[in-house]
Amino acid sequence: MNWTAVADHLPALPEVLLLLGACVLMLADARARDRRLGYWIAQATLLACLLATLWVLDVSNGRRYYIFNGLFVADTLSHLLKATCYLAVSTALVYSRQYLLDRNLLRGEFISLLLFSLLGMMVLISASSFITVYLGLELMSLCLYALVALNRESAQATEAAMKYFVLGALSSGLLLYGMSMIYGATGTLAIPEVARVVGELAGKDHNFLVFGLVFVVAGVAFKIGVVPFHMWIPDVYHGAPTPVTLVIGSGPKIAAFAMAMRLLVNGLPALAADWQQMLALLAILSIALGNITAIAQSNLKRMLAYSAIANMGFLLLGLLSGVVDGNTLNAGAAYSASLFYIITYAIMTVGAFGILLLLSRAGFDCERLDDMRGLNRRSPWYAFMMMIIMLSLAGLPPTVGFYAKFVVLSAAVNAGWIWLAVAAVVLSVVGAFYYLRVVKLMYFDEPVDTAPVSGSFGARVLMSANGLAVLAFGIFPGSLMALCYVAIATL
Amino acid sequence: MLLSLAIWIPILAGLLVLAAGNDQRAPLQRWIALAGAVLGFLVTIPLYTGFDPQSAAFQFEEKRLWIETFNIHYHLAVDGISVLFVLLNSFITVLVVIAGWGVVESRVGQYNAAFLVLSGLLNGVFSALDGVLFYVFFEATLIPMFIIIGIWGGPNRVYASVKFFLYTLAGSLPMLVALLYLYDKSGGSFAILDWHRLPLALTAQILLFFGFLLAFAVKVPMWPVHTWLPDAHTEAPTGGSVVLAAILLKLGAYGFVRFSLPILPDASKELAWLMIALSLIAVAYIGLVALVQSDMKKLIAYSSISHMGFVTLGFFVFNAYGVEGGLVQMISHGFVSAALFLCVGVLYDRMHSRLIADYGGVVNTMPKFAALMMLFAMANAGLPATSGFVGEFMVIMGAMQANFWLALVAATTLIWGAAYTLWMYKRVIFGAVANPHVAALQDLNRREFLVLGLLAVAVLSMGVYPLPFTEVMHASVSELLRHVAVSKL
Repeated sequence: MNWTAVADHLPALPEVLLLLGACVLMLADARARDRRLGYWIAQATLLACLLATLWVLDVSNGRRYYIFNGLFVADTLSHLLKATCYLAVSTALVYSRQYLLDRNLLRGEFISLLLFSLLGMMVLISASSFITVYLGLELMSLCLYALVALNRESAQATEAAMKYFVLGALSSGLLLYGMSMIYGATGTLAIPEVARVVGELAGKDHNFLVFGLVFVVAGVAFKIGVVPFHMWIPDVYHGAPTPVTLVIGSGPKIAAFAMAMRLLVNGLPALAADWQQMLALLAILSIALGNITAIAQSNLKRMLAYSAIANMGFLLLGLLSGVVDGNTLNAGAAYSASLFYIITYAIMTVGAFGILLLLSRAGFDCERLDDMRGLNRRSPWYAFMMMIIMLSLAGLPPTVGFYAKFVVLSAAVNAGWIWLAVAAVVLSVVGAFYYLRVVKLMYFDEPVDTAPVSGSFGARVLMSANGLAVLAFGIFPGSLMALCYVAIATL
Repeated sequence: MLLSLAIWIPILAGLLVLAAGNDQRAPLQRWIALAGAVLGFLVTIPLYTGFDPQSAAFQFEEKRLWIETFNIHYHLAVDGISVLFVLLNSFITVLVVIAGWGVVESRVGQYNAAFLVLSGLLNGVFSALDGVLFYVFFEATLIPMFIIIGIWGGPNRVYASVKFFLYTLAGSLPMLVALLYLYDKSGGSFAILDWHRLPLALTAQILLFFGFLLAFAVKVPMWPVHTWLPDAHTEAPTGGSVVLAAILLKLGAYGFVRFSLPILPDASKELAWLMIALSLIAVAYIGLVALVQSDMKKLIAYSSISHMGFVTLGFFVFNAYGVEGGLVQMISHGFVSAALFLCVGVLYDRMHSRLIADYGGVVNTMPKFAALMMLFAMANAGLPATSGFVGEFMVIMGAMQANFWLALVAATTLIWGAAYTLWMYKRVIFGAVANPHVAALQDLNRREFLVLGLLAVAVLSMGVYPLPFTEVMHASVSELLRHVAVSKL
């Protein structure tokens, strides 16, 4: 055996460990009597992956590695995003354990699908070729389609899964079509090579490339979930079991952000002027539609779905501010703003759905707005946590959501997108209304449901940590911002 | 260090109150809250005694790097303009905690904690010298106030609290864009003092001016964005109304002197006509609106808008009388409006009505109360020897220097103010006892007497001998006016 070849591939160690863990899980689950065993195998695997990623991060020391013949890239950005994904999935498991046990859903198929989906996210995050992008995307998505439909008795979930699948397949098709166009123009699938060739072509007549770019942007927009490619989001968020919604709201968003970074920023920087215009349109439409439509929702999961659409619009504000008239002076600040945004958004959204899971119990799914009534009477602490998260999503200081909005708006203003920044803040006032309504229900109304808030010990501790993290990063956002900056600087 | 203490002692005390448990521990929570508020006030006293009134510089400075990526600093300091507001705020917080002592019975801990946290945040707003730090404190004050109105407010509290929140947020978010623009233009600095020296073209100045105007005008509040205030005041619990009138409204006016005037001097002069016109509308028109109110709290709320119109008028005539008069008016209004809302609170706790028509002849049963309220009513009308007179007189002098007709319209406030305040006073306090509940009223208890008595001392001493207040601000105001006189174009 050639040990140097093995050593060369060590940056992919987390993926290997995750794959091994998922396989062990499937085998163990088939034999084990106690089906909760899988839960612990999954958590151990995630911990191992996290340690492996940190180790790789430490050893690589800011360097970038292309392995598997340039199909796979390991850089600081990928390590940071992967670590966030592990934490999101691990937290999701802790929050949803009791919920799933109550509904007899905590089975091997749930956990292994979740892990394979995570593997897809990781591959997507580290993709350095169009092929790897597609591979990661499909692995992630196919597992998620199945997860949405996990509760076979629920007609709603089945419908959501169908919609997700059909629209997801359509978006994959669009993406592939766009990639094939670009392949036709450049003759290569490797992203760094695409960037080089496109850079040479960009000065000349490049209509053909822009034609392909439109489809690539559409595919990316679909996965991020921005208007007008957002139709699946409310139905899937609403229809899927809450634990699955939690996962869909966090990990895949991070992966979709990575996909945008890899395809647009790494692959097609020469066409920035073109895709930035497209993203500006998508951003403003998403912020407008997401915030306005969310007001009309009576289902909390659906409201959070529209909130996600609006937030992803804000995310784009950073991505579209990198290049000004061919000048990339702002790029580091702009892309790290988006990176900061997606990481903090993941923390907030995991927390918000975590509260829903905490308030659910056997035979009762907490998912309507009215279920939040009088939470301050029932449990002042979790009402406070939920308030922090809601205010953070609304972008109010002193929560981390404020800095998320702050950095992307700053990027937009620096790039001269002042009208976009003004429109975005005006629309976020509209958005503040529905987040505030949740606070109002919790604090100003009397409870209808007076059952005490239960939840396992682990879920309660983690929920508190999650809420406090939103506050703590809101008071001291500096370290996370610096980390994002470093990750982008070594891109 | 003192400024940090003034900010963080109340906030930590607030958290401590929350940690003390639920309503069964109410007495303990009240004592912790009082201790926190008093301690918070005590640490602000050296700010005044140690302040060098000869210097226009910022004093008690603290500066630490906070967010490196954006060059944001935890930068606190006070000058002659802001130091008094830190004291005023800490003082009012003590009164509010005492005033809520036996009155608020449900969720006592959360009530006191909300006020203490709010107090710390407000001190932060007045002492922040970094744009982002200012914005963070400025916005964060919304959250406790929203909760105060929404939980302990009157029947229409939810509407009022949401309106308050959204109005203020809609105003302040454009300011965020303005701050980011200044950051970009200044080459990556959020230091307000750097922005004071930043040259800016007139178009940019005017756009920025409107960005700031929206945030501050909503807070002041200026006509026509004042409509949240009557609702918020009416529905808020007494303590909420007090803090809202005494401190929160000052944030807007303070913003004008800290941001709009020194950063955008040319736009300020260019648009002074607009500001003066809006201020005069507030003074005269809102004064008339106050006259016809049947609800005491609403009447005082409109009177606040009218008085704050005086403040903005004083700022935009650009002379020392005007600006100092405006600042004195802010402090005085802090005392007087707080006192009047507390008076209404005293009556409301006994009668559960704020309608003027439900009262009459209160003096027969509550003579001590009637005497104190008389003093505050006179101060609100601007009677000489009360604090209300000093500010109004100075602003009218300043307006006179600028233009006689301005002064004439502004001076009508002396008529409207006297009319609506004294007419309300007459209908509530004098006359025959028409309502049997009024006949059964108990006069002030010791707690209420303490609170109103302290305010009465403040109102009178400021009216008789305003020098301790004006000498502190003099150097800073002169510096501000010198700065504004220099064009940035």
